[in-house]
Amino acid sequence: MLEAQGIRKEFIRQGKGTNRLVAVQDTDLTLGAGELTVLMGRSGSGKSTLLNMLAGLLAPTAGRILLDGEDLYAMEDRALSRLRNARIGVIPQGQTALHSLTVLENVLLPVRMYDPKADAAPEALALLERLGIAELQQDKPAALSGGELRRMAIARAVIRRPQIILADEPTGDLDDENTAIVFDFLRESARNGAAVLVVTHEGDAVQYADRIFRMNAGVLTAS
Amino acid sequence: MRRLAVQNLTGKPVRTAVLTVLAALLALAVFGGSLIVTSLRTGLHSLEDRLGADIMVVPYEATTKTNLEAIVLQGATGYFYMDNARAEKVLAREGIGQASEQFFLASASTGCCSLSVQIIGFDPQTDFSITPWIRRSFGGELQKYDVVVGNDLNAFVGDTLQFYGTEVHVAAKLAKTGTAYDTAVFTGEDTIKALIASSVERGMNQFTVDPDKVVSCILINAADGYTPEEVVNDINIHVKKVKAIQTKEMISGISDSLSGVRDVIGVLMAAVWVLGLAILLLAFTMSVNERRKEFAVLRVIGASRGMLAGLVLREALLTGVCGGMLGGVIGLAVIVPFNRAIEEQLGLPFLLPGAGTVIGYFAAAVILTALAGAAAAGIAALRISRMDTGLILRGDN
Repeated sequence: MLEAQGIRKEFIRQGKGTNRLVAVQDTDLTLGAGELTVLMGRSGSGKSTLLNMLAGLLAPTAGRILLDGEDLYAMEDRALSRLRNARIGVIPQGQTALHSLTVLENVLLPVRMYDPKADAAPEALALLERLGIAELQQDKPAALSGGELRRMAIARAVIRRPQIILADEPTGDLDDENTAIVFDFLRESARNGAAVLVVTHEGDAVQYADRIFRMNAGVLTAS
Repeated sequence: MRRLAVQNLTGKPVRTAVLTVLAALLALAVFGGSLIVTSLRTGLHSLEDRLGADIMVVPYEATTKTNLEAIVLQGATGYFYMDNARAEKVLAREGIGQASEQFFLASASTGCCSLSVQIIGFDPQTDFSITPWIRRSFGGELQKYDVVVGNDLNAFVGDTLQFYGTEVHVAAKLAKTGTAYDTAVFTGEDTIKALIASSVERGMNQFTVDPDKVVSCILINAADGYTPEEVVNDINIHVKKVKAIQTKEMISGISDSLSGVRDVIGVLMAAVWVLGLAILLLAFTMSVNERRKEFAVLRVIGASRGMLAGLVLREALLTGVCGGMLGGVIGLAVIVPFNRAIEEQLGLPFLLPGAGTVIGYFAAAVILTALAGAAAAGIAALRISRMDTGLILRGDN
């Protein structure tokens, strides 16, 4: 479904002459429908860079990323954005709430972005219920804890029922109970046909994985 | 995304308030400045209309003892007379087309006025400057002891006033002109002669004159084939003890002052705009930098670069429109009720233009301010549309 072919990412280090940092070495990776793939590795190993490239958010220095045979980075920005909205759900690292919106509005935003009249509130509420934050639906993000914000971001990423889910440390701020809820949720999404990639430090993630990769200094290896 | 712009603005009330006040300042500068300059220009045109003649001929003493310009242009009170023989000599000169005599008298304090007022009498048979103006407010014929009052006087149609023991009736109140004539009283020749006689009888006139044998000034329009300058020179050379003045020259001082005021206002407006635009530019740039993560999240969930730029521009336009309207309303609230005070402070004729023009300026100020806001946000919008989302997400973690 989503296929990375020989992708590589280099960054020029500011103030250090022509020193290039290779964040991701030439990498091939395929994410298939119905599979949950776990990617583990140390901080700075290139995991998030790889995920952002797969999401169509960071152009690779070399290589191609194909979604059902279509090169993401050969697309016009408008078409790629629309495709990402409809088919790729990204759960970024850190706090990613829009603070002027309520929790429910945050979750509904991907739906309303291209269809302002769409009514996905029942589905959004069901997701919030599933993730244990339904009672916070009318609150502003400032009132939520880090873990609650993370669960809100997960609901927002999957509200469009994307075919691909890319999660960057989705359980970073969660306790064990909520970590289990999130992994169960992502596992269920894969079972329902999504191709799921989870970048994580959590050792527990392996029990949910169909495939496990490790990243070390930009080099991806299957484990 | 349209609603998001509004929510972003309402969600950050302090930031929005600061930007709105800044936009209001820009609108106030352009609207207030334009309205003041236009009101001064309208006042000048109104004065030209009211003078209504190419030439004024007055006794020579009027240009020395009494400041004629103060009476005609600034609403001061005063009077002077020349005998009919001299007036006839003036009227006998070549190049005179229309001519009409006027009679001046300054009243003592009356029930209608806290200060003495200038009373101007005219000959209804020959008048060509005051009658057309009075016709706009009063359709009938002025009878003896009827007067017409300027717009700024505290007297109304039907009131009875008393000048030097003589009662007169207010037949009409004139439309505002923004000139010294707004504080004057106008009446026919018969009435003013009666009033002058009363003032002389009571010993309250500084001149001992027979009102039937004097006039205060003669208004003249040059005949076809003659220029006002030629007629003025001819009168001044050939008729002694009078002074012929081109009205254009009288108001040239006002015109010069108006140019000065316009230049000062122009410089102030430019300064406010340069400063305001620089602050707006800085504010939008800082705001966008502060919200980089927020914009990155919008990209993550599918917003295109164009949508992000549109969001920033929409916020700027909304701020500009709200600020522009606020600035316009403040301008109206200051200039309209206090136009008399502005006139007195500037010492220049000041007449607000018609409602259509005011609305036009208001709309132009709002549009200009909104466009300025959008232009200031344009650079920020361009930056945000070019940002690399992956790098922002990576950099934040």
